[in-house]
Amino acid sequence: MRIVIANGTVIDPANNLDAARDLLIEDGVVHAVELPGRFRGLEATQIDARGLIIAPGLIDMHVHLREPGYEYKETVLTGTQSAVAGGFTAVACMANTNPINDNGAVTRYILERARAANLARVFPIGALSKGLKGEELAEIGEMLEAGAIAISDDGRPVMDANLMRRALEYCSMFNVPISVHEEDLQLAAGGVMNEGPTAVRLGLRGIPNAAEDVMVARDITLARLTGGRVHVAHLSTNGAVALVRQAKAEGLPVTAEATPHHFSLTEEAVDGYNTNAKMAPPLRLAEDVAAVQEGLRDGTIDAIATDHAPHHRDEKEVEFDQAANGIVGLETALPLTLKLVESGILSLAEAVRKLTVNPARILGLPYGTLSLGAPADVVMFDPTGTWKVNPVKLRSKSKNTPFDQWEMKGKIVLTMVEGRVVYESRG
Amino acid sequence: MFTQRHFLGIAGLTQEELLFLLDTAESFREISEREVKKVPTLRGKTIINLFYESSTRTRTSFEIAAKRLSADAINITASASSVTKGETLLDTARNLVAMRPAAIVIRHPSSGAPHFLARLVDCPVINAGDGTHEHPTQALLDLLTIRERKGSIAGLTVAIVGDVLHSRVARSNMLALTTLGAQVRLIGPRTLLPAEFRSWGVELHTDLRQGLAGADVVMALRLQRERQARNFFPSTEEYSRRFGISLAALAEAKPDVLIMHPGPMNRGVEIDSTVADGPYSVILDQVTNGVAVRMAILYLLTTQTQEVVEVEPTVRDEAAA
Repeated sequence: MRIVIANGTVIDPANNLDAARDLLIEDGVVHAVELPGRFRGLEATQIDARGLIIAPGLIDMHVHLREPGYEYKETVLTGTQSAVAGGFTAVACMANTNPINDNGAVTRYILERARAANLARVFPIGALSKGLKGEELAEIGEMLEAGAIAISDDGRPVMDANLMRRALEYCSMFNVPISVHEEDLQLAAGGVMNEGPTAVRLGLRGIPNAAEDVMVARDITLARLTGGRVHVAHLSTNGAVALVRQAKAEGLPVTAEATPHHFSLTEEAVDGYNTNAKMAPPLRLAEDVAAVQEGLRDGTIDAIATDHAPHHRDEKEVEFDQAANGIVGLETALPLTLKLVESGILSLAEAVRKLTVNPARILGLPYGTLSLGAPADVVMFDPTGTWKVNPVKLRSKSKNTPFDQWEMKGKIVLTMVEGRVVYESRG
Repeated sequence: MFTQRHFLGIAGLTQEELLFLLDTAESFREISEREVKKVPTLRGKTIINLFYESSTRTRTSFEIAAKRLSADAINITASASSVTKGETLLDTARNLVAMRPAAIVIRHPSSGAPHFLARLVDCPVINAGDGTHEHPTQALLDLLTIRERKGSIAGLTVAIVGDVLHSRVARSNMLALTTLGAQVRLIGPRTLLPAEFRSWGVELHTDLRQGLAGADVVMALRLQRERQARNFFPSTEEYSRRFGISLAALAEAKPDVLIMHPGPMNRGVEIDSTVADGPYSVILDQVTNGVAVRMAILYLLTTQTQEVVEVEPTVRDEAAA
């Protein structure tokens, strides 16, 4: 089966391509990328991409799909429906399910669910510690054999430095990264938002930047000690960005991601006790947002990941300190990233790079590119198409977004996995 | 004029609104001095006191305020309610609202709980203390007490001493006092004194005597003993030695300094008995004024469909009768 996507602009950062090109897909694989018109007359399904960007399918290296165990928040099916609607063709899902993904059986179960959903590719991330308790190593080898592609206790920091050291040493045998949720729990001291003027005003307990910074510093030190790969998840502070920058300058195996909410919102979003602005790490100050943006610009931060964290309404419609942490992010990630393009912080190609080939390389995946022979995971989007966020209309089963009613620019038109259309917007 | 549907905090209130609230409270003060301490103003209206934290003073004060206005006051405490059966705050509130109260008075350990309810239930909500956020009726009664003694608030130097970090009383008072033109000084150990408060236009002091120098009013805050366990200070003894209000510590304050405390007091910890019971103490006046303030708030929030300027004189008429 042949598909031609014609008349669009192809952005493929892995091949430094950002030009008017037509794409020929054959049997689910990128067969040719040529100057416009080259495939005219070819017997193929024609897709007109006039005015659109054609890019590798987006890759989100940090989501929570909630299955098994929390299917009332999200399932692998609804989560991947949300993913493809946001232009993502691959997602890596964290281990804090119930049961926790700390052994091969759970890993295999998630992959089965993904096969049944048959939308985006799903790559489980295995737990670092049994039961995410931060005490004993989980069945790391078994999970990797079953299909896990990275290790993380995400949602919980690994407070035991020696456990982290061992995990880094152990994972280095498999050359997989450990994604680290950096928050010193003693310093966080039960805080529910950023420690700063807003917390003082609202009478809410604050989490200082230092809670993140000391852990990032610790794990960079352990990367130096062990040679293990540290991937800093959802970086949120000025200090953490500086530490990662320094680690990279030293040549350490350290990578980092930032979420759209951490580069788009400040702690002031919490005003009015908005539980949809409650997350871990918390939204920080404008200077931190600027530092995260600068980290994205100068390459300190490799990837943009959503930390898509669906929660039921009942878990957010409560007192602020009782509310669950996190927001859904898959369907708002691209337009929020395009705001950085509009404000000149990233070129469109750089933005696409951080949503495609960079996370793919960190995770060791052969996706995120339109190289010849690569699987035809493709997204087509209209960079100027506008829409307004209406939580009810999100595909995710959960509607917890702080971007309610935001005007977004950047509209997904079509998402394709291995040459198969998995999402197409109407009108 | 005061036209808000809810009374959630001092934050956002203008000088005019604050003065109006104080004037209204003042007009209610006299009712409590009568032999028959009751007016028919809120007859047929129900006030629900929903208390998720223990309270003697505030709950009783709201109850008495409601009863002196002839409203029916219902008290619900968390330990004796469906909360112990796992009902959420929102469901509890919605059920109570379905019984058509004129207002819900809420005290809750979570900051923002009244604001959360105000957004989601169709009934005036009055904040009787939310977590470490605000305690707006306490601030009003403090202002009323100060104004009663000093004539006005503007230009006074008010020292707030103690655990400012965790104090909703301190926050509401800081907002109210600065809005009315007082100089506010916060005094306490560095661990309980967030630097962010500087941007509120107040001074921060870690030396008690320096902070008290020239003060017109001293507000002592209650020290919660469990703070010691979280290492905010080494011991209550050391705290008391450095930050307890004693006669000696007051030497540098104005000779006619007022001593206030929101209660309940830890005698010998944040305040010495000689000070608490001394001639400068207005601690019990605060309690008396609390009833008047709460009458005013209940009245303003539950009679909003009526023209405030029309109704107010009837209260005075009854007083004259």
